[in-house]
Amino acid sequence: MPLIEMTKEKIKGNWDLVITPKSSLFDLNLKDLWRYRDLLVLFVKRDFKAQYKQTILGPLWHLIQPILTTAIFLLIFGKIANIPTDGIQPVLFYMSGITMWNYFSVCLTSTSNTFVVNAAIFGKVYFPRLIIPLSVVLSNIYRFGIQFGLLLAVMIWYQFHGFPIQISFLWFFIPLLLVIMAGIGLGLGIIVSSLTTKYRDFTILMTFIVQLLLYVTPVGYPISYLAKSKFKFIIEANPLSSLVEAFRFILFHKGSIQTGGILYSIIFMFSSLFIGLLIFSKVERSFMDTV
Amino acid sequence: MPDTVIKVENISKQYRLGEVSTGTLMHDVNKWFYKVRGKENPYLKIGEENDRTKKTDSEYVWALRDINFEVKRGEALGIIGRNGAGKSTLLKILSRTTVPTIGSIKIKGRVASLLEVGTGFHPELTGRDNIFLNGAILGMTKREIKNKFDEIVDFAGVQRYIDTPVKRYSSGMYVRLAFGVAAHLEPEILIVDEVLAVGDAEFQKKCLGKMKDVSDKQGRTVLFVSHNMTAIKSLCTTVISLGNGLITEIGDSNSVINNYLYNHMNGGMIQSFENPKIAPGNEVAKLKRIEIRPELDYPEEPITVKKKINIDIEFWNFESNKTINLTIFFNNFAGECVFANGTVAKILPIGLHKATCAIPSNFLNDDTYNISLMIVGDSSYPIYFFENIVSFEVNEDRSGSSWHGKWPGYIRPKLDFIFLS
Repeated sequence: MPLIEMTKEKIKGNWDLVITPKSSLFDLNLKDLWRYRDLLVLFVKRDFKAQYKQTILGPLWHLIQPILTTAIFLLIFGKIANIPTDGIQPVLFYMSGITMWNYFSVCLTSTSNTFVVNAAIFGKVYFPRLIIPLSVVLSNIYRFGIQFGLLLAVMIWYQFHGFPIQISFLWFFIPLLLVIMAGIGLGLGIIVSSLTTKYRDFTILMTFIVQLLLYVTPVGYPISYLAKSKFKFIIEANPLSSLVEAFRFILFHKGSIQTGGILYSIIFMFSSLFIGLLIFSKVERSFMDTV
Repeated sequence: MPDTVIKVENISKQYRLGEVSTGTLMHDVNKWFYKVRGKENPYLKIGEENDRTKKTDSEYVWALRDINFEVKRGEALGIIGRNGAGKSTLLKILSRTTVPTIGSIKIKGRVASLLEVGTGFHPELTGRDNIFLNGAILGMTKREIKNKFDEIVDFAGVQRYIDTPVKRYSSGMYVRLAFGVAAHLEPEILIVDEVLAVGDAEFQKKCLGKMKDVSDKQGRTVLFVSHNMTAIKSLCTTVISLGNGLITEIGDSNSVINNYLYNHMNGGMIQSFENPKIAPGNEVAKLKRIEIRPELDYPEEPITVKKKINIDIEFWNFESNKTINLTIFFNNFAGECVFANGTVAKILPIGLHKATCAIPSNFLNDDTYNISLMIVGDSSYPIYFFENIVSFEVNEDRSGSSWHGKWPGYIRPKLDFIFLS
C-alpha cells in the first residue's frame, strides 16, 4: 500500500466519515460524486421540465436568440464593418459562431454563480456541490442541440442556393469540441463561483468579462482577417478561438483548423478544471459561513 | 454493548460577526501572512463566549466551544438549548453543510439530515418529480426511491395530487409530502432539526411516531433538536443541554430537561418591586408584586396536585379612570398554554391595586407551570405583557394508587365519577 494511502487509513480507522476543519489539498471527493449520480440526472431533468413552465413560446426562445443575434452581426460586422467571412455564406458564418459561443457563455455564467444561487439548499443538506455546475453544463447541451438543429436547417436551405453541405468524418469531432468548450466553461465557472462566496465583486466582474470575451473570440470575424495584425496574439491566447474556427472548418471546409491551437485549448481546459476543482472543493466545505 | 457511531471530539466553531466587507480582506491577508510564516491563525486566540444579549468589542465569537460526546448505535439523542445556544451550528457541522474551526467528528454509517422540510422542492414540478428529486438530494438512489414511492405517497396522503405541480398544494400537503420523503430515508443516522414545528397536531404525532419507529424498531440512531420538551422526552433517552455554545449538561433525558427548565424559569415563585421607578411595565401600568401562594400545611411542603394555590398580584395604575382587566396565562413545562383566565374589566383610579386568583385543589396536573401576566386596557389591547414572570411546580400525590406512571392530560380535575351499582 502506498504511504499516503496508509496514513489515510490509519486516521480514518473503521469510521466511514471523519469531519475535520481542514482537508488535504487533493481531497476531491470524486467517490461521493459517483454515489450521487442519480441526483445529477434528476437535476438535469428538473432543468428541462421547469425551465419553460408558464411561458408561451417555451423552447422556441432558444431559436429566437441566435436568429436575432445573427441578424445584428450580419448588419454590424457584415454590412457596416465589411469584414469578410472566409468565403463562408455570411448567415452560416455568424450563426455557427454564435451557436458555439452561446454554449460556452451559458456554461460559464450559470456555473459561476453556483454557490450564491444555491446557498439556501446548500445550507440545509449535504451533497457533492459539484453536482450543480455539472448539471448546468449537461442540461445546456439540450439547448445547444436545438440551436445546432437550427443551424443544420439553415445549412440545408442554403444547400439549394449554391452552398453545398460538406459532410465528412470530421463531424465526429464536433462532440469533442463541445466537451472542450464545456470543460473550459466549467473550469473557469467553478473558479469564479468559489471566489464569489466571499467577495461578490466577482459576480459584477463576470458579467462584462463574458461580454468582452465575445469580442476577442472569432465569432463576428475569421482569424484569417487578423493575419497581418499585431494584435493577433490576443485572439490566439484565447483558448476558445481555435475551437470556434475548428467548428466552422468541420462544417464548411473553409478557414483553418490548427492542431496546435486545439492542443492549447485542451491543456487550458485541463488546467482550469484542475485548479477549479482544487479551489471548489476547498470552498464547498465552509462557504456557508461567508456566502 | 452497542458500538459508538458518532464521536464528537473538541468541536469548536468560530464565527466572525458583522458584515463581510473590505475589513474582511484585511483579516484574510493577515491570516495568510501568519500562515506563510508558519504561525498559528491569530484570530483563533480571540473570540468570546456566545452570549447574544451582551454587546462586546470582539469581532469573533465562538458559536460552539469544546463539544465532546458520543452516540451509540440505536440511541436517540435530544439536543436542547435556547435560541443561539449552538444547536443548529452543531447540526450543521454534523450534516456537513459547514466545517468546525477546531476538532473532529467521526461517523460510522450513512447520515441523512433533515434540517428543513422540503429542501430542493421545485414549485413547478409535480409531486411525483419532487419525491424523486428531494429523495436524491437527501442521499437516496433512484432505485431506493422507487421502492419506497408508494409508501411515501401513502404516508403523505396525496394520491390524488401526485401529478399536480406542488405549487398548487396546500401548505399542509406540501409539508406532509416533504416529511414523507424524509421519513422514508433509510440512513443509519438520522439528524432532525425542529421540523415538527410545522404541520398540524395530528401530523406532528404521526412524524414523531415515525421517528420513534426509526429509532426503536429499526435500531437506527436519531439526533433530534427541538424546543418541544414533550417530544424530546417521548423520543429521546439521552439529552444534551447546550448554553452559549457549551455543553451545560448531558445525561438521562428526564433529569437534563428538568434542570434545563428549572434554570430557565424566571424568578421562582415571587417577583416583587418596591420602587415604581424600576418596576417592570410602562407609563400606564407597572407590576409591584406577583406571588404564587400555595395553601400548605407546613412551609417546606411541596405543592401537590391536591393543594390549593393562590396567585396574588399588585400593580400600579398611572392613568385616572382607566378601564383595566388582568389575564393570567398558564404555560406548562413544554411551553404550551394550558389555559388562560381573566378578571372582569374595572374602571380604576390612579394608585396601587390588588387582585388574586384562586386555583382550586385537584385541578392542575403534575407539571411545571410558567405564569405570564397581561394587563389589558379598555378590554381591547395589552398595556403590558409580563412573560413567564413566575413559575411553580406541581408534584404528584397519588396516595391510594399503586400505579406510578405519569398521569395523562393537561389538567386533573376531580369529577363526580362514581359507580351506580
